[in-house]
Amino acid sequence: MLGYIVRRLLAALLVVIITSMAVFALFYKAIPNPAGPVCAAQGRCTADRLALIEESMGLNEPITTQYGKFVKGVFVGRDVPFGSSTYECDAPCFGISYGTRQPVTDQLVKAYPATLTLALGGATIYLTFGVTLGVLAARARGTIWDRGLVGFSLVISSIPYYLFALLAWIFLTLRTNIFPDTEYQPITQGVLPWIGAMLLPWLVLGIAQSTQYARFSRGEMLETLGEDYIRSASAKGVPRNKVIFKHALRAAIVPVVTIFGLDFAALLAGTVFTEKIFGIDGVGLLALDSVIETPMDLPVINATVMLAAAMVVLANLVVDILYGYLDPRVRIG
Amino acid sequence: MTEVSDHAAAPGPDHTDPVLKVHNLRKYFPVKSSGLLQRTLANVQAVDGVSFEIPQGSALGLVGESGCGKSTTGRLITRLHEPTSGSIEFEGRDMAKLKRRELLPLRREVQMIFQDPYSSLNPRHTVGAIIGTPLEVHNVVPKKKVLERVRELLEVVGLNPEHYNRYPSEFSGGQRQRIGIARALALQPKLLVADEPVSALDVSIQAQVVNLLQDVQKEFGIAFLFIAHDLAVVRHFCPEIAVMYLGKIVEIADRETLYNRPHHPYTQALLSAVPDVKQAAVGGRRDRIMLEGDVPSPINPPSGCRFRTRCSLAKEICAKVEPPLLQIGKRHKVACHFPGELGKHPETPITSRLLGVDESGNPDPGATPSPDLSDGPGFADTWVDLDRRTVAHG
Amino acid sequence: MTDLSTTPSLDDGAETSTTPYLEVNTLTVRFPTHDGLVQAVTDLSYSVQRGQTLGIVGESGSGKSVSSMAILGLHDLRSTRLEGSIKVGGQEIIGAGQSIMRPIRGADVAMIFQDPLTALHPFFSIGAQIIEAYRIHHKVSKSTAKKKAIEMLDLVGIPQARSRVDDYPHQFSGGMRQRAMIAMALVNDPKLLIADEPTTALDVTVQAQILDLLQELQREFNSAIIMITHDLGVVAEMADEVLVMYGGRAVENGPTREILTHPEMPYTWGLLSSVPDVSADTDARLIPIPGNPPSLLNPPTGCAFHPRCTHVDKVPGELCANQLPELLPGSHGTGHTKRCHLSNPEEIYAMEILPAIAPDRLPGTGDPVEGVAGTTTEEGR
Repeated sequence: MLGYIVRRLLAALLVVIITSMAVFALFYKAIPNPAGPVCAAQGRCTADRLALIEESMGLNEPITTQYGKFVKGVFVGRDVPFGSSTYECDAPCFGISYGTRQPVTDQLVKAYPATLTLALGGATIYLTFGVTLGVLAARARGTIWDRGLVGFSLVISSIPYYLFALLAWIFLTLRTNIFPDTEYQPITQGVLPWIGAMLLPWLVLGIAQSTQYARFSRGEMLETLGEDYIRSASAKGVPRNKVIFKHALRAAIVPVVTIFGLDFAALLAGTVFTEKIFGIDGVGLLALDSVIETPMDLPVINATVMLAAAMVVLANLVVDILYGYLDPRVRIG
Repeated sequence: MTEVSDHAAAPGPDHTDPVLKVHNLRKYFPVKSSGLLQRTLANVQAVDGVSFEIPQGSALGLVGESGCGKSTTGRLITRLHEPTSGSIEFEGRDMAKLKRRELLPLRREVQMIFQDPYSSLNPRHTVGAIIGTPLEVHNVVPKKKVLERVRELLEVVGLNPEHYNRYPSEFSGGQRQRIGIARALALQPKLLVADEPVSALDVSIQAQVVNLLQDVQKEFGIAFLFIAHDLAVVRHFCPEIAVMYLGKIVEIADRETLYNRPHHPYTQALLSAVPDVKQAAVGGRRDRIMLEGDVPSPINPPSGCRFRTRCSLAKEICAKVEPPLLQIGKRHKVACHFPGELGKHPETPITSRLLGVDESGNPDPGATPSPDLSDGPGFADTWVDLDRRTVAHG
Repeated sequence: MTDLSTTPSLDDGAETSTTPYLEVNTLTVRFPTHDGLVQAVTDLSYSVQRGQTLGIVGESGSGKSVSSMAILGLHDLRSTRLEGSIKVGGQEIIGAGQSIMRPIRGADVAMIFQDPLTALHPFFSIGAQIIEAYRIHHKVSKSTAKKKAIEMLDLVGIPQARSRVDDYPHQFSGGMRQRAMIAMALVNDPKLLIADEPTTALDVTVQAQILDLLQELQREFNSAIIMITHDLGVVAEMADEVLVMYGGRAVENGPTREILTHPEMPYTWGLLSSVPDVSADTDARLIPIPGNPPSLLNPPTGCAFHPRCTHVDKVPGELCANQLPELLPGSHGTGHTKRCHLSNPEEIYAMEILPAIAPDRLPGTGDPVEGVAGTTTEEGR
């Protein structure tokens, strides 16, 4: 088992490295020259001065050299020259943001608690809420409750998420103050304010996603309820609720967990719409800003994409290990 | 159609050239470790040295329990699996060694009928397309004539020829199996591998399909490899039957001998296990040879004779030396150290002298292994006479 | 507890040998669907006594499994219409609530299914599933129940039951799984065991083991068994009585020996003649039943079998197509009933059917009990 995890972790690392290379290569030429604004800021920008600045920032070096420096920075840290000044960047160094002139690592560390809080709260709501509704709908299959739930979930799903979130914010916070202003506050400043300021984003994210989980787990439950072993359980005299919540849910939850792992990984990489609309300074907002800024903030883009890749491969690994515990037929050795 | 019926041979074992000769066929499925480097940890010895032949227009039955390798054998012959070793000689050409492209013309001649008529037909294709595609792939008939031929084939298998544009879901299980047969017949094969062709069907439908298969066999002179677990159906269909156990043929004989005077203890147990309708006249269950436990794993089969772990006759020699498939009658071979009719098994191994070992299976310096031990696919003109322990002539 | 065990229980008394444990009376099961009403079982009556085995024979869609599911009340009542009466140990099942049904399910009546791989929960260990079955009906601790589970696994012949009790179903072979399923069914000493094609998915040698086991256990527990199967050989060796079903109705019913040696309904003839026998003449052609099983949405008029029956012309007029024959006593033997308009079935069977399917059983030829492998049976029951 340990060997399996080590092997999978190595494979995950490989994926992250390849992703970083791909991002590096992709943006190497595509991004407007970051030396331009630096040069312009110092007055009249001649071609000679631009070349000089480029050289000082190491932008004229071949991509492999630049990548080599980047890798070195990740492991041992490095000094990053930027225009006339040089910034110190400790390991793990993902570069200096072109915009803020701060180490990218510091920015990520600062933004991450907000993203993590949002992801944990939202995911808890949509998993419990969605699966419970799905199971109840499957239990009441064909009744008005079942149809109502499926219909409602389809309506919610068909509203674009950003519109749903925006409307919720406008009507529940801006106009009516039913919910307090949304923002991320560290939990150290009090649990209640922390919850209060995040409650609406959690609910919006949770409810919007839960509709999909309700439909999915309903489908899985219906399939499982048609299995022979469910009939066996009923034939043994197991009460109906126990048949549904123990025997059927136990089998139906496995595919749900798979989907959940991947969705959760996406949340951990940052939620652009939710963070933007509710003004939460998380990784998603950081990534968004780095893209719309001029010049594009390559070090930040690179770091957030690598983070996303790392989260997805890690989530995959966790799901696979979990699978071994959930399904005894797939014991990993 | 006419060109096929020309060489319709009389069914039954005779001395015409066999259409198929299988010699020492093996299929090992590797068990791989997980991870990047997939080391082979072990081999599932699904088929381990099987030899037999099928005369033209005749039928060989392959029986045995699940996991004995009978279906894998069928899939090897149709080259749905690549054989690990051994030869599959079809009309004198070794199919086992041909490349995919060279195989194409031979694929016409060897067709397969599958067990499950629900999953073996593409639900999104019409019956006409299912039967017509092989005709087009192999350029059997001009494009314009395909439909005509499809209708002919539907009629042959007893379906309404006008139903060619219907989908498989519009047919019942028995009718779908007829479609599968029509598809197999489309290329006018010389050999049909039928893998459990009736076991998924309702009892009242099974007989319809068996009769249809017998009709097409007679009409077109097609040889059959008939794979089934139902001993009665195999007996009804095949003049010659091979019994498999854990990847090996343990007994092969004409039907009369195999069902009335089986010499291998496994064949005897298998036959005695079949419930008999006639028992109703007496009531209760008839006495039978009960086999203890389960079939051992084909990954790590028992040494010597593979049946010995469940065999009531097993002695020391059985664990040490594998019994050869010895010819003991005109058309009868058995792989057992103590072959004999039920209750008349010999006390001492009949194979020891032939194998050059003593009675408990240890190498016997005084004896020399007999060179006559042929493991060829067919039957020889001489065999070992069990009663006199001498070589007899046919 | 002690009081009960010293006074002879009513169930085990002499009374049970005469009153059937299970009585099904004019049972009708219908499922409304989008395409119409599926008439799965119509007007079905039968009964089983403790210690006896009833074989129910029929093809897919004959209603043989549906009727037994009804005994356990396993149909979803929202999509099922049940009429008639099912009495288990005197207790009416139809219309009974959960409080009545739950102690019956798994305790008085247990069931084993065709495919033990799909019938056992893949994510719970064999032991856990048996323990659950036991603890639903007995207020005992987990460890007591586990001892019972090991004891049951041992009883049904699982080697090293103590260590294998924690195995999952996929770690068992097919035969062992069916043994485990039987152990689970028998853990509460059921008085009625319903076995739905219990050996169809198994190899013949394993089938022989399982059938042996069932008979042994039946002797030990004096339970009634309903054996649902399509294999007349299994019925011949296991059942005391046979019920042949076609299109949701009983078409022939009676003692096994009667039904299989003197069948009077053409569908039963068809079943007998369409299956080859390991000792039959191989030159003879199989005589299939023409056509396909009937639709339960639009069942044929009159006798449901008439579109496939080759003897319709022996009945005057259009009787077979227009009038449903009643289930009436046959002309041979007691307790034999059949649903057919033919007036001289015995004669037709002797003259037309028997010569084709079993020439050796014609009067004056050979010993009918000669076994295939040269074994003869001395043991009858």
